[in-house]
Amino acid sequence: MAEQVPCWSTPHVPPATATVILPRSLAALVPGVPRRTTVEGTTVGELIAALDGRWPGITDRLCDAGPTIRQHINVFVDGERATLRTAVGPGATVHVIPAIAGG
Amino acid sequence: MAERVLLFVGTKKGAFILESGRDRASWSVRGPACAGYPIHDISHDPATGALFAGGGSPWYGPTVFRSDDLGLTWIQSSDGLTYGEAGPKITAVWNVTAAHDAVYAGVGPAGLFRSEDGGRAWTHVLGLTNHPSRPTWQPGAGGLILHTILPHPTDPARMWVGISAVGTFETRDGGLNWEPRNHGVRADFMPDPHPETGQCVHKLVMAAGEPDHLYQQNHCGVYRTLDGGREWQEITAGLPSQFGFPMVSHPRDPRTAWTIPLNGDDQGRYMPDGHTAVWRTHDGGDSWIRGDTGLPHEHAYLSVLREAMARDVLEPVGVYFGTSTGQLFGSPDGGANWSAIAATLPPIWSVEAVVVDG
Repeated sequence: MAEQVPCWSTPHVPPATATVILPRSLAALVPGVPRRTTVEGTTVGELIAALDGRWPGITDRLCDAGPTIRQHINVFVDGERATLRTAVGPGATVHVIPAIAGG
Repeated sequence: MAERVLLFVGTKKGAFILESGRDRASWSVRGPACAGYPIHDISHDPATGALFAGGGSPWYGPTVFRSDDLGLTWIQSSDGLTYGEAGPKITAVWNVTAAHDAVYAGVGPAGLFRSEDGGRAWTHVLGLTNHPSRPTWQPGAGGLILHTILPHPTDPARMWVGISAVGTFETRDGGLNWEPRNHGVRADFMPDPHPETGQCVHKLVMAAGEPDHLYQQNHCGVYRTLDGGREWQEITAGLPSQFGFPMVSHPRDPRTAWTIPLNGDDQGRYMPDGHTAVWRTHDGGDSWIRGDTGLPHEHAYLSVLREAMARDVLEPVGVYFGTSTGQLFGSPDGGANWSAIAATLPPIWSVEAVVVDG
């Protein structure tokens, strides 16, 4: 059987190393997760999958079935709003930011 | 060895742990635990000592926390807690209950999940979702939620669940097939007040030592069954209202239970006349006794949600309830005398009482 490839994967692009900045509230949920780390991938989805490989459970907190990024989680690649399919270039900075809310 | 009484309180802003000695006279408070996650239910598994906390965050989704050190540390997982790409998105876990070497999670939109590895990975119990009545399930004001999981104490194949605005179901084959158990329960808000499903069960509890003897606080009355839910008898008479959310049964006496009537579904859903009271029966619901000594009697427009009442296993039994405005009350004598335990917690959604040695 062929290896399953995530729908956001772009297998012919060499992976880039990106800096990912994660929210404090996520670090409180997943033991050992730093606020800032570097990880390899060609898309946001691959970055999250790579993070999940190191700290299992991150994908379930950031993504819903689909998969899609959860409704109230915002991801930015070099300042631009991103989806799981958004490409990540070498040296990119990726911010994961929970939406602001009251209450 | 001295006994410690622990209350695990699920709130809108995390879990809190209150601790007292056997006298249950003074309490320490610590928290918030579970990283401040909104927690709908906390339950204790006496077989393993584990605690499970279920909830749902608007940002991070539904998950189940587990603690093996009575709440000092928690880990969470929702691996498999999904209806898949084509299904509705799960927003929260409303009930977590361990039984017979498994852990069950009730979620919204209504469904049941099972974990066989202590709450790390979850599998959808398809038999309930595939029930022929599923297309008719409609959410109530609180959503379409599976909020009560009631395992049979000795038969792993049997279990009851309660779903708001849908009713009670029982399985006798480990979850493959389910049957409605709503006969005799009114659904006054339906054109036909006696449908097969559509009743708004708010809470199910089991009488001590009598697995087919259940009590139910419903949107439309309080009920008991002696045959596992095949036929329910209404036992509302003697209560000030048919409407309320929580219900608790005695750990040893099958004829004793507690409920907290609210003034009505269309009247504000608070304590009748702003007078706080917990009602108890000692005769299986044939009559009810109001317990309000030590509770606020004036301008107490308090509401108590379905998981927010609990009892311990001591003698006399301690009874506890938390309000949707953050007050926690306790009675060390079965509901006769009450006092405030905490006054300024976040909105309380659940209370669990655990007695441990040392």
